Amino acid sequence: MKITIELYATFRNGRFKDEQREYMDGITVGHVVDDLGIDRGEVGMALVNGRHASMEQVLSEGEVVALFSMLGGG
Amino acid sequence: MDKILRVNMSDLSSTMEAVPKEWAGLGGRALTSAIVAAEVIPTCHPLGKNNKLVFAPGLLSGTAAANTGRFSCGAKSPLTGTIKESNAGGTAAQMFARLGIKAMIIEGLPKADAWYGMHVSKDGVSISEETELVGKGNFAIVEALEQRFGKKTGILSIGQAGEMRMLTANISVKDLDSKIRSHGRGGLGAVMGSKKIKFIAIDDTAAPGIKLADPEKFKDAARTFAKAVISHPATGEGLPTFGTAEMVNIVNAAGGLPTRNFTYGQFEDHEKISGETLRETIIERGGKPKHGCQSGCIIQCSQVYNDKDGNYVTSGFEYETIETLGANACIGDLDIIAKADYIMDDIGVDSIETAIAFGVAMEAGVLPFGDGAGVLKMLTDDIAAGTPLGRILGSGAGNVGKLYGITRVPVVKNQGIPAYDPRSIKGIGITYATSTMGADHTAGYAVGTNLMGVGGGVVDPLSKNGQVELSRHLQIITVMLDSIGLCLFVGFPAADIPTCVPALIDMLNARFGLELTPDWIGGLGVTTLKTERAFNTAAGFNSSHDRLPEFFEEPLLPHNAVWDFTGEEIDEFWNF
Repeated sequence: MKITIELYATFRNGRFKDEQREYMDGITVGHVVDDLGIDRGEVGMALVNGRHASMEQVLSEGEVVALFSMLGGG
Repeated sequence: MDKILRVNMSDLSSTMEAVPKEWAGLGGRALTSAIVAAEVIPTCHPLGKNNKLVFAPGLLSGTAAANTGRFSCGAKSPLTGTIKESNAGGTAAQMFARLGIKAMIIEGLPKADAWYGMHVSKDGVSISEETELVGKGNFAIVEALEQRFGKKTGILSIGQAGEMRMLTANISVKDLDSKIRSHGRGGLGAVMGSKKIKFIAIDDTAAPGIKLADPEKFKDAARTFAKAVISHPATGEGLPTFGTAEMVNIVNAAGGLPTRNFTYGQFEDHEKISGETLRETIIERGGKPKHGCQSGCIIQCSQVYNDKDGNYVTSGFEYETIETLGANACIGDLDIIAKADYIMDDIGVDSIETAIAFGVAMEAGVLPFGDGAGVLKMLTDDIAAGTPLGRILGSGAGNVGKLYGITRVPVVKNQGIPAYDPRSIKGIGITYATSTMGADHTAGYAVGTNLMGVGGGVVDPLSKNGQVELSRHLQIITVMLDSIGLCLFVGFPAADIPTCVPALIDMLNARFGLELTPDWIGGLGVTTLKTERAFNTAAGFNSSHDRLPEFFEEPLLPHNAVWDFTGEEIDEFWNF
């Protein structure tokens, strides 16, 4: 199934801004993170279709996963 | 800090007083609010003789501890009609602290129709008539006063907006680069203008300095504190790398980015105004992607932004300004927003309130959404010039909405809602509704916990659950940050790094020879919030003012989120 991945902040370094990728059914947010070579502990915010998601959340066709490194606020 | 400076503008006199017992343990906001609550008639006219303008450094200001140079300014706000504390970086807090000034209270109105400049030094305060700088902007004032008093002079000043007593008028504070930081919110520049004070110059030559009760203990605690600040990913990496503008993409992805005067929660061109783009642009053009607003800052969230020819445009280029002009007013262009930021610094208006006012003005058809050139022109040709349109825009978002018959007016207690739509980020909505300051994002920054899980895990921004408790906890803690002279971002390590708060307490104890424990923090917060609320109640406020505007009942894309707290649920906030 196709998943869109959006990367932000330092996660873009050496990777991409956004990309569509093919994944097996049943993949989780955590698997996507691992697949990108990102340490799960470095993820500050993970959203699926704009809503907070845990690493265990199973993804569905066409969903958008947004990953942010730990940031702060202003 | 052992003296209170009291300045009376009615007869241009000043006195130095000993610090009364009840104020001895207070600093920053806790002190300015205590003074305003004790000495200002809550029903007074904020531009009249009974309002007072109070400046106070934080309890740790002037020490070598990192990020302790924030300055508090308090009064009754002419914008909100509530008590107000406005907080700024720059050089003033440390200079006041080194001079031993615990607070400066300015009262009365001058009899003559003249403008004045004030000079604060180890010998006290002198006041003289000022003509040369009347009508000038803040950058010209900094340049002129550095000529007059030397490069090291500290400066507090108002621009043309403050002279005209506009409700968006701020008070500028000179920073280390002779640029400007601001006491932005609540129109305190108008209070300074009502007292006909154009500037306050500060000279800390031969200042008594800070005497630490236990220098060794202080040094150790300061080291632990600095380590805690650097070790948090927000203050150690995120903020120094991208500045506060990092929030653009975060808030946009979460669907809470106010767009087109709070009509949508996402902006198509968000990448053009993002923290990532800001950083790239700054580096390309030889600006500074890292920069501190005060000496001793180890977070360095500020930046210096240049134009494409490498010339200085602005510094202290913050998320709320970028978001509100960029997405909410649909301008989408960092160069235009940077230029606007510079002009707003110069004429001395709150870049948050003014930007929100433009969004309402655009909905009203005063100028089109996205008209960046129009915004720049109206800033100089209308607001700075004091034309009738300029006075309308300069009176803030609430008044623009009233005058043009608009219902989509994002204000609470007449202060504009900054940069986070409360429908999609419900925690900050509670802070906006309940804060004694009006709609104030820094008073209890629930965004950190709602979006990034600061302080123990995400509290779902789209759910009502836990938001009242979260905002209450944060509003209480934030009083402490505002009273010690701390940068607000210390709130992140304070929430997540266990060594941070104990180190703060150790520093306070080592500075003053006390034996405080961490529950002092909660006590200070509760007392100050209740003091502020009592002032507001006496000024005519009640729970009906702790509400968000009606239009927030409309669903906001992408989540179709609505503001659905009942009055009773919001009022639970004050059950402490």
